[in-house]
Amino acid sequence: MLTIKNLHVKLEEEDKQILKGVDLTVEAGKVHAIMGPNGSGKSTLSYVLSGREGYEVTDGTAHLGDVDLLDMEPEERAAAGLFLAFQYPVEIPGVGNMTFLRTAVNAQRKARGEEEMSAAEFLKVVRARAKELQIDADMLKRPVNVGFSGGEKKRNEILQMAMLEPKMCILDETDSGLDVDAMKLVATGVNALRDAGRGFLVITHYQRLLDHIKPDVVHIMADGRIVKTGGPELALEVENNGYADILAEVA
Amino acid sequence: MAAPATEMDLTEARISDLTLPKGGWSEAARTDALARLRQTGLPQRRDEYWKFTRPDMLTQAGAQAAVFEHSEAPIFGAMDVLRIVFDDGVFNPDVSDALAMEHVSIERLADTDADIHWAKGVYGVLETAGQTPVARPLAALNTAFASDGVLIHVTGKAPKPISLVYNHGKETSDAILHHVIKIEAGAELTILENGPAAARFNKVMEVDVADGAFFHHVRAQGRDHERLAATHIFARLGTESTFKSFTLTVNGRMTRNDCVIELTGDDAIAHVAGACVGDGDFHHDDTVFVTHDAERCESRQVFKKVLRNGAVGVFQGKILVKAGAQKTDGYQISQSLLLDEDAQFLAKPELEIYADDVVCSHGSTSGAIDDEALFYLRSRGVPESIATDLLTLAFLAEAVEEIEDEALREVVVDRLEGWLERHRS
Repeated sequence: MLTIKNLHVKLEEEDKQILKGVDLTVEAGKVHAIMGPNGSGKSTLSYVLSGREGYEVTDGTAHLGDVDLLDMEPEERAAAGLFLAFQYPVEIPGVGNMTFLRTAVNAQRKARGEEEMSAAEFLKVVRARAKELQIDADMLKRPVNVGFSGGEKKRNEILQMAMLEPKMCILDETDSGLDVDAMKLVATGVNALRDAGRGFLVITHYQRLLDHIKPDVVHIMADGRIVKTGGPELALEVENNGYADILAEVA
Repeated sequence: MAAPATEMDLTEARISDLTLPKGGWSEAARTDALARLRQTGLPQRRDEYWKFTRPDMLTQAGAQAAVFEHSEAPIFGAMDVLRIVFDDGVFNPDVSDALAMEHVSIERLADTDADIHWAKGVYGVLETAGQTPVARPLAALNTAFASDGVLIHVTGKAPKPISLVYNHGKETSDAILHHVIKIEAGAELTILENGPAAARFNKVMEVDVADGAFFHHVRAQGRDHERLAATHIFARLGTESTFKSFTLTVNGRMTRNDCVIELTGDDAIAHVAGACVGDGDFHHDDTVFVTHDAERCESRQVFKKVLRNGAVGVFQGKILVKAGAQKTDGYQISQSLLLDEDAQFLAKPELEIYADDVVCSHGSTSGAIDDEALFYLRSRGVPESIATDLLTLAFLAEAVEEIEDEALREVVVDRLEGWLERHRS
């Protein structure tokens, strides 16, 4: 599904190398987790994959299926099936959440040459999905993320994911700023989307999210590289011993 | 003190080809207005409220040619209204509706040559009041020389809006229209205005809103790009009355909209708002003066401008709170969204307060499209052009939301969407 090879990335503004050769393959139907200390390059990886400006790829490739992601505009990557759940979802005053969702869904459909969703059909689907995530009608009407609590913002991310039905979902520290109940709700939303045809890459500092979204594979990232890969037990090792032991071991 | 000689030459040159209509109830007001104009002379660049907008094109003798070219149908065309049509400033009875409606009397300025008329108490009267403390010579010129206009007297709730349609056909038409609207206590009227009007258009609307009365005004200045326009609204508000005016401006080489509001009765409400979008050779100036002269009145000024490719936006807004106008609630915001580095926004917000128990706030900003929001939308699959349009409409929303009627709001948003689509980079 997602194939990253030898990815090297630096910041455009300052001559600083962030990713120093990332190799990663996420298969359809699998959940991969990336853990790592602050500054290891986890969020940069998610931004580069989704096409944010300010990064320069100096070497390596990233493919979604057989399409070359790095060649595409952010909206083309989204239409190809990539979705990034933001660590800090952006507030957009003046744009209604519902308008935003419908514009996004139909823009992707149009880009893929599919028929646009009618207003009535869209409303039906969005209401059902919103209900599962305990998102009320008021949240759908309000401007995108404006005045939402931390938990509401993250649930809104998962609602977008549910509406857009991407092939590959990247969750960037979706657990940050959430209490246990909010995290469970978000995890339930994500688990409902787990599917044989869909891959997940879950980026997190802490093991606790992985209690709720159970990964198939866990990677440890440090200094711009994947330094260790294992099963779910690797996350527990981090939880118990911190990163220091692992980093010392691979150094 | 009379104006200096060069200004007088300019003023005399401008009025030399105009005729002051004689006879009837308006003659005295017209003669007085001409004297006012000669006292101040036409606006000059050095005048305090003309520093950001060159008055030349609006004041010179003879209008510059403006060819009417457009592809859009008139806005408000599909709505249930009483239509009054002017072609290059000349009333067109063939395409206008009958000038009659329940609770409303409608006459033409050009028709009413009786010596006694209700409009005498308003025509040129609100304009004269609005000349202090800032002279508005183009309005005095209008009162003196207006060739036509409508005199609307409202005694109850008008059953539908009156739509003033200004068609432009002739290449160098130079139209001067003056409307007088008097809304009696508890009555209600909505006025719509649209159309490019003429190569050059000078329009004054005086609105007397009596106690407990409502006046709604939605205006669209658009379509024809080459046109020039100087417009004035003078409004006087009685106790517990409401005045709400919104202007949409798309296209237009030069537009100067003055709005002068006097809150004279307690608990009155005045909202004046504008949304404008300009691309290229576009200059748009909103000059607003709100005077609070009674207690517990509320005023709002909400102006948003989207500018690109050398377009210039100007906002000069003042809230004057007189001594004794306690519990005033005044708000003013002027913002521009600059879509590139060539666009320019010039703002002069002013507060002048002589009462000690008031709330007045004002703000003015210039900014670009928010990159974070743009990336967020694009990451969801929304193409950059559509995302930019969405964020632009979001920027304009606070002004557009000042239109109370949902159907009117929708046609305005449609117009904006159409313009944005045609003007993508």
